[in-house]
Amino acid sequence: MEKFETFTGVAAPMPAQNIDTDKVIPARFLKTIQRKGLGKNLFNDMRYNTDGSEKEDFILNQPAYRNSEVLVVGDNFGCGSSREHAPWALSGFGVKCLIGTDFADIFFNNSSKNGMLLIKLPQDIVDELMEDASLGANARLTVDLENQTITRPNGEVVKFDVDPHKKHCLINGLDDIGLTMANKKDIDGFEGKDDMSRPWMPSTAAK
Amino acid sequence: MATPRTLFDKIWADHVVRTEEDGTALIYIDLHLAHEVTSPQAFAGLRETGRKLRRPDRTIAVADHNIPTTDRSKGIEDPESRLQVETLEKNVKEFGVPYYAVDDIRQGIVHIIGPEQGLTQPGMTLVCGDSHTSTHGAFGALAFGIGTSEVEHVFATQTIVQKPAKNMRVTVNGVPPMGTTAKDLVLAIIGQIGTAGGTGHVIEFAGDAIKNLSMEGRMTVCNMSIEAGARAGMIAPDEKTFEYLMGRPHSPKGGAWEQAVAYWKTLPSDEDAVYDTEVTMDAAEIVPYVTWGTSPQDALPITATVPRPEDFEDEGRQNGVARSLEYMGLDSGMDIQDIKVDTVFIGSCTNGRLEDIRAAAEVAKGRKVADGLRALVVPGSGLVKEAAEAEGLDVILKEAGFEWREPGCSMCLAMNADKLAPGERSASTSNRNFEGRQGPGGRTHLVSPAMAAAAAIKGHLADVREFLS
Repeated sequence: MEKFETFTGVAAPMPAQNIDTDKVIPARFLKTIQRKGLGKNLFNDMRYNTDGSEKEDFILNQPAYRNSEVLVVGDNFGCGSSREHAPWALSGFGVKCLIGTDFADIFFNNSSKNGMLLIKLPQDIVDELMEDASLGANARLTVDLENQTITRPNGEVVKFDVDPHKKHCLINGLDDIGLTMANKKDIDGFEGKDDMSRPWMPSTAAK
Repeated sequence: MATPRTLFDKIWADHVVRTEEDGTALIYIDLHLAHEVTSPQAFAGLRETGRKLRRPDRTIAVADHNIPTTDRSKGIEDPESRLQVETLEKNVKEFGVPYYAVDDIRQGIVHIIGPEQGLTQPGMTLVCGDSHTSTHGAFGALAFGIGTSEVEHVFATQTIVQKPAKNMRVTVNGVPPMGTTAKDLVLAIIGQIGTAGGTGHVIEFAGDAIKNLSMEGRMTVCNMSIEAGARAGMIAPDEKTFEYLMGRPHSPKGGAWEQAVAYWKTLPSDEDAVYDTEVTMDAAEIVPYVTWGTSPQDALPITATVPRPEDFEDEGRQNGVARSLEYMGLDSGMDIQDIKVDTVFIGSCTNGRLEDIRAAAEVAKGRKVADGLRALVVPGSGLVKEAAEAEGLDVILKEAGFEWREPGCSMCLAMNADKLAPGERSASTSNRNFEGRQGPGGRTHLVSPAMAAAAAIKGHLADVREFLS
């Protein structure tokens, strides 16, 4: 996983509530066996007409927002399917950070495992950042994970909370598997005890 | 005295491998279900890092999302779908994972086959790279949907990293009216608590109306927990659970069965257990339900009219409703029963079990599907299909004009050839009415199997109670 570094980027406003992962990446694009290459289909049915041409009014098709690195989103973004193709598509497009009041649980987890930072803030602050985002390409936000701050175009600094474990993994570009493997002895110990206490647990091998 | 604990608290405590200072826990996973769509990148990750599967004997794989529901002897026509299924076949061979092949009678939707084979058991932790993994909570298991990075994590370590969820209890008491099924109960619940109402929580469904459901009905309810945003849904195991499991291929046998049941009986929440959030509903007030919009929370009784944006308080919701009505091509104020449908889909991990097909056949018997309407019945597994055929349900449905298909996820998410054309409208027993879910531009109304069959006969959304005596 790539390290999350402080950046200054264009933020796009997407105020609609409940943008589900089927909207982020429709199911027909899940047939890939790769993680890469999904950025072009991000928000496919909101972004393109059926003939493949761009819908001019869609936010990320507008000249100011074509290189957005931040999305300021409505409540419950990422609800629905557990598809990790949703964060893959977002990061493939170049999105590094999403800001909203709340995100769906599985999407939230999946995003952090792909180097993306999801920031939860109270409604009034999200409303202010949404207004900043609507100002276009000249109103950029600076996101600093180390210090847990967002700097607004007017210079005002907003603090945010982040889970310390997620922060550590994002800043150092660590994936959980390596960290967990370091605790192999604990897993061995659990299995040894569990084989005794729950001997009826099924094996999936042929019956 | 020990602090009273919920069903969730007990299962969690029995699976903690280690806890970090900040409360993050490493949780052991008893059973991992894998399918072709969310596993290829996880297997590739193992290959790149030279890692092995820690517990292939606690992992089972099946292809369900992509596969055709028509004649399979010709293979899969779509090259991308075919590659995904072939990749799974190659991966299970390389990593030694037990697999139900496409021509195996046990093949089916991953959430149907776990319970059917007796692999899903009370007190287990269970994961799958699919949000409807919550289905398995019907057995008093803790079952999470996870992403592909977590699938790889479970492959390599048989654990996941999580913080404990909050406890929510949804109690549904009373006797539901005639025509009301598990699907109607859960649509009413989601309609009440909202699509983000369960975020951060595990929902325990309780009350007589839940206890009185069959295991199949309980699976329908838990299946849709994710549509309320919950991490998982669960129901306390009881005699009905044990009876369902007894004698299934992977259920414990002999002395192990006795030992397992004794443990399972300790799992239900303690009487004084405290929940972070409580919701209570009266089943007697829940009539057959249907969704009108593009979120599962957009649910109303079949007798209602299509709402107006201004019926909702929150401005964001009003905008959402206006957008939904435009997408769905509906006018506020019209009777929901006047909405015409082109397609009826009966199946999915929500409603693709034998009881669901029986309910559809009961309505369809001796009647005919409306002219020009396409009606598909897609059993949830090869064994469901076989059992339905043994009861003659396929004959009843085919005589009524329904198509009787091979098992799979099918039109629930339209990854195979079964899909809606732009602007087409369905009554569907699946779980999501999101924009484009059943095909780009398709419009979905979620209903129970009996309500879907009623819509197929009438050609429009209909009140199933007219068909029941």
